Amino acid sequence: MPEQRSIARYINPLYSCRKYGVPIWQCPQFLFVIMGMVILVAIIATWLLANSKISDPFIVNLIVLAVGAVLMILSFIITNSFERLAEASRMKTEFIAVISHQLRAPLTNLRFSLDFLLSGRSSQVKTDPKEYFTILQENTKRMGDLVDSLLMISKLESGNFPLEKKEVSLEQITTNLITKNKSFTEASKARIILAIQPELGKVLADPFWLEQVVSNLLDNAIRYSRGGGQIDITLQQKKNRIFFAIKDQGVGIPKDEQKFIFEKFFRSTNALGKQTDGSGLGLHIVKKFVKLLGGKIWFESTEGKGTTFYFTLPIIKKL
Amino acid sequence: MPKKILFIEDEASLQKTISDTLKSAGYDVLQALDGEIGLRLAQTEKPDLILLDLIIPRKTGFEVLAELKKNPETNDLPVIVFTNLEALKDVERALSAGADTYLVKANYTLDEILMKVKQAFRE
Repeated sequence: MPEQRSIARYINPLYSCRKYGVPIWQCPQFLFVIMGMVILVAIIATWLLANSKISDPFIVNLIVLAVGAVLMILSFIITNSFERLAEASRMKTEFIAVISHQLRAPLTNLRFSLDFLLSGRSSQVKTDPKEYFTILQENTKRMGDLVDSLLMISKLESGNFPLEKKEVSLEQITTNLITKNKSFTEASKARIILAIQPELGKVLADPFWLEQVVSNLLDNAIRYSRGGGQIDITLQQKKNRIFFAIKDQGVGIPKDEQKFIFEKFFRSTNALGKQTDGSGLGLHIVKKFVKLLGGKIWFESTEGKGTTFYFTLPIIKKL
Repeated sequence: MPKKILFIEDEASLQKTISDTLKSAGYDVLQALDGEIGLRLAQTEKPDLILLDLIIPRKTGFEVLAELKKNPETNDLPVIVFTNLEALKDVERALSAGADTYLVKANYTLDEILMKVKQAFRE
């Protein structure tokens, strides 16, 4: 029964139009029905006209068939582009809804903290106002980070993202980031093991953005290893590419959620269970950058055992 | 004897602000950063009221609510849901699971939250 209902919904243009939230005259499914009618009328009109002018029925049929085929192709192209537009509009609406929700949480924290400080209640309970300033500082940073990520995504999607390309050592970037994250790693009781193949080539990339990619993957590995665990980072060269792998023993990603992991705003239920303040933008940005730098990214994950993220980048050929 | 309120909320900054506000009004506050600890404290400490967030680690607020209502020792504890979720389906789900009041964090000031708590105690 449910299958029959979904088929009925699929062929019902009014139901599909509601999904996109656009007026009926901008709805692809409705326009498709209208196009079909126009094609039918045009074919009949062509047949009548051709019949009155041309005596050979074979030629008449050929003309009708050709007109029908051209109209069909045209209508397919038109409705297809309409459908893509409507889908983009639906995604934008969803995007705004999620953003507002993500910005609301730190905004509420700011408002409550300011309310508390201004109400004079801090003198009634033994609390250090400094703690409230830290809350203000952390939540302002959280909002700033989210806005930065959004601007970055917007630039990436519009296609005008200036990338500086120069010789970069992925080895250097990784080692620096491990040092930078030392206290975070220790606080999470995680242990990082780094294995680098000797005489590794350099890559042609924007150093800042390559650092963002590694930093994001490292941050995730440490974050979801909270409570202890080993993180193995391997850097290898295979033919003309560098292979980067980061393996954690964290919560892992449930199988049915794996296909969404690089999607904008997606957060795994396991991630939500461990950490609720992520934005769901990090891996989306990482994938976009790796692609922009001419590489590939993928992962393997077993729930409860851990996740390994891999990416490859082309190396600079030595002349 | 001051009334005891259990606040189940994973966000540390919110936990601090709301708890301090409740303490300044003379309440005792028990803090839980996830659903499991929250449920355990509800059973062992027998609070007079529970303030419950819905998106929390280990057990969601909905699961906590269902388990509280299933247990005869905790099923009569008043529960105020305090969340960022504002879809009608979430409100209906929480209220039908036994929540007494549903508050969307962004729509209330600290004074109004305090007022809702007082209302729950009929003060």
